[in-house]
Amino acid sequence: MHDSPFTRRLFLQRGCALASLAATVPAFIERSAFGVLGNPLLSSNPGVPDERILVVVQLGGGNDGLNTVVPYGDAAYYTARPQIAVRAPGTNASGAQVALELDRDAGLGLHPALVGFKELYDAGNLSVVQGVGYPNPNRSHFMSMDVWHTGRADAKGSGWIGRYFDNVCNGTPIPEGSVAIGRTAPLAMQGDVQKPISFDNPALFRWLGEDLHTAMKSPYDAINRAGSLPGTTADTQRDFLMRTALDAQVASDRILAAVRKDALVRYPDHALARQLRTVGAMIRDGMPTRVYYATMGGFDTHGGQTGTHANLLRQVSESIVAFQSDLKAQGNQDRVLTLVFSEFGRRVKQNGSNGTDHGTAAPVFVVGSKVRPGVIGRHPSLVDLDQGDLKFGIDFRCVYASLLEQWMKAPSEKILRGRFASAGVVRA
Amino acid sequence: MDAPYQPIAKKDFDFAAAQHLLSRAGFGGTPAQVRALVERGPEGAVELLLDFRRGASEESPVDGRPAAGIELRSDIMRQPTPEEREAERRARAMKDEETIARLQAMRQQRERDDRTQLALMQKWWLSRMIETPRPLEEKLALFWHGHFATGYRTIENSWHMAMQNEMFRRRAAGNFEVLVRGIISDPAMLKYLDNDENRRASPNENLARELLELFTLGEGNGYSERDIKEGARALTGRTFRGNEYFFDQQQFDTKPKEIFKRRGAFDGDAFVSMILERPECSQFLASKFYRYFVSDAPTVTRDGKEVVLRMAKQMRESEYDLRPVLRSIFLSRHFYAPENRLAIIKSPVQLIVQTVRSLGTPTREMKSLVDAGDLMGQQLFQPPSVKGWDGGRAWINTATLFVRQNVVVYLVTGRRPQGFDWSASEMAWDASHLIEHLRDQRGELDSRDAVRGLVSFALGGEVSPQRIAQLEDFLRTLDDPNATRVGHASLTDDRIKALLCLVGAMPEYQLC
Repeated sequence: MHDSPFTRRLFLQRGCALASLAATVPAFIERSAFGVLGNPLLSSNPGVPDERILVVVQLGGGNDGLNTVVPYGDAAYYTARPQIAVRAPGTNASGAQVALELDRDAGLGLHPALVGFKELYDAGNLSVVQGVGYPNPNRSHFMSMDVWHTGRADAKGSGWIGRYFDNVCNGTPIPEGSVAIGRTAPLAMQGDVQKPISFDNPALFRWLGEDLHTAMKSPYDAINRAGSLPGTTADTQRDFLMRTALDAQVASDRILAAVRKDALVRYPDHALARQLRTVGAMIRDGMPTRVYYATMGGFDTHGGQTGTHANLLRQVSESIVAFQSDLKAQGNQDRVLTLVFSEFGRRVKQNGSNGTDHGTAAPVFVVGSKVRPGVIGRHPSLVDLDQGDLKFGIDFRCVYASLLEQWMKAPSEKILRGRFASAGVVRA
Repeated sequence: MDAPYQPIAKKDFDFAAAQHLLSRAGFGGTPAQVRALVERGPEGAVELLLDFRRGASEESPVDGRPAAGIELRSDIMRQPTPEEREAERRARAMKDEETIARLQAMRQQRERDDRTQLALMQKWWLSRMIETPRPLEEKLALFWHGHFATGYRTIENSWHMAMQNEMFRRRAAGNFEVLVRGIISDPAMLKYLDNDENRRASPNENLARELLELFTLGEGNGYSERDIKEGARALTGRTFRGNEYFFDQQQFDTKPKEIFKRRGAFDGDAFVSMILERPECSQFLASKFYRYFVSDAPTVTRDGKEVVLRMAKQMRESEYDLRPVLRSIFLSRHFYAPENRLAIIKSPVQLIVQTVRSLGTPTREMKSLVDAGDLMGQQLFQPPSVKGWDGGRAWINTATLFVRQNVVVYLVTGRRPQGFDWSASEMAWDASHLIEHLRDQRGELDSRDAVRGLVSFALGGEVSPQRIAQLEDFLRTLDDPNATRVGHASLTDDRIKALLCLVGAMPEYQLC
């Protein structure tokens, strides 16, 4: 067998050698030389709290907040939704959906599909923030999602998570700082400097030309793992590309290695669960990633929503519960908080086809052992409405502010470009 | 001092220079097309690219298949008629849920149809860039799309995007002043920057601000906050009705304004004229042209700065006719200087279109190419913001780099980024034309030269010896591992394609 001069092993030695040559050090190696050798390196990014991780789960389409956290104590709820309302806990009605008890005094329940959320709640690992929204709500999916992603009323500019990194990393992107599972990286993670890694399937976060023929891998590695070639002028576009190519190989190796192992717990077989299993694997492997992003769609329930919505919520609940158990089995449960949000809630009144139309404020969930457990904020009034929609009580940026200040230890005012009072979702 | 802006000598206009010209003033071309440009000499070649209004003949070296036509509907997102409005009002007043639901369903259907039409336009424009015999026209249309960036998602009217796109093409290398006047009369832009809400009693400054900051002078470059405020008043009343520009006299603020320290009852056109008189305007546009056509390196060299100043001067002298300055750039010694060869990071669109046009691969499936563009950060008709695409290094990160490498694999082999679809191999193509021009006078092909020639053509410039050595190592492993030379017979069609996949995976392939 012909032995190529550019085997993986040789590359690793070369990679180390490179680390001693300041001028040719690729950006990634510079920051964490040992990462290349497989040592989990947790203290690599100055200014970034090392142990803490934020996972964002986006429910796309506009989750029906009123049937998720159910105001069963309010008669107006049943007037507005005669066919699709969830019944109060203890109701004896065959075939009907009956809420799980959340807060008897406030008359609040959880959708019956959220059994796992109820367990998390009882164990003090779930924070329910009610009536989250923003002024002059936009009812377009795209625009409202962009508002949430940018953290700005005009929905323009970079993403709030991207700005968090831009703010803490002093003009140098962190190659594996943020990872999105999905075809395209969400706007929320796009900073001016920081760009996320994104992939739908980790197996595709690599060069596919190597599948053409076994002989392709070795020349590909030689080309992409050499860093900057001798004679390349520093800081030219060419030099930049050669360094980034090596960064990409290192990130790819790392992610593929991380997801190859079996998870410590069993995940259900849903799209969201698969994404969170990948996130769990990367956390377990000690990747230096601080923010992960997962998405699930289908919440645009305009018609016949009862069964569909229950099914969607069951998937959310089961996926997140499995993820929490995985973190616990890894011993990482205290390092991770998960934010679950949707671009808007739905109209108070059901529509003519047993569904609901685009609305405004809705609950947001924060999951983890370090949350301030319980219900935060008041449930919005079902009679004092704005054009048939709920008035928000807590600006979503107050939730961001809390996560940034209390969890990521970052200056929220600068990142959110405005002062937003912390919603206090993290246990003090 | 004048040297960098002087025209290149005919003797220096060789194959590599012509290839450089064709990739910058267009999207590259086949070896045969590059050779035809060389034969015309620098002036003839530049003229051919620049004088695209005449169209290119069948034998043109920048020829392609004729651009595919497209049928678009102009009325999908039309405003409701007064009768429809009245019907909806009545239904709401009477709480006629069924009618309200029906009207809403119709509205949602129209929105879906419109998104479908936009998806069609994205495929159409990309194939037009691939097939056009007038590449500079499309390259400039793409430039203006990024310069006067307007996003579909905000305006939600594909026909308005199509009209704007047509204007960019029609005025691509015309007069900049005409173009700016066009953009402040363009329904898509007026909607995107809220000028339809810029009224006498409540001015909206969005368009005035971006007009100065992003379209003409550059951020903080020779204007004040007051100029924005007063300029916004000059732009009041500029809106649209249906698909047409409409000047709403009642909303126009007729009172005097003070702009750039001059007082008068200026309107939008007067405002534009005053802006274009500012020297900052020519410098700003010259810098953007320079980054798009000459070099996008983070720091501009001394020669580069000199060239930008000369370009700006020439723009003012020609009263913003753009052909003269484009001709000068594409002929200038500076444009062909070694430091400016392979000095620009290809945009995702450039990467796709140039790969197809220069290697002659099949176009594969347009939808997949549009998706790949999106994954690489460039969605046509949907720039990320009014700033357009940042370009340069912002295109590149660890995630986009894999997509860039994989899209070349897809174009060359038909192998999809997602799974393996061998049905695509029906669209086989013959890659051997890429080495035909490397035969010597006796028709012989030395495969060492062929490798070097193929790789340097595919990369579009000089190749480092290490790269050649890496590829020769690869070819040897396919032959006899003990062979010391690349065998004569070894450069089969499959191997050419394998080499192209590897070249497409080189960091340098991202440059043009």
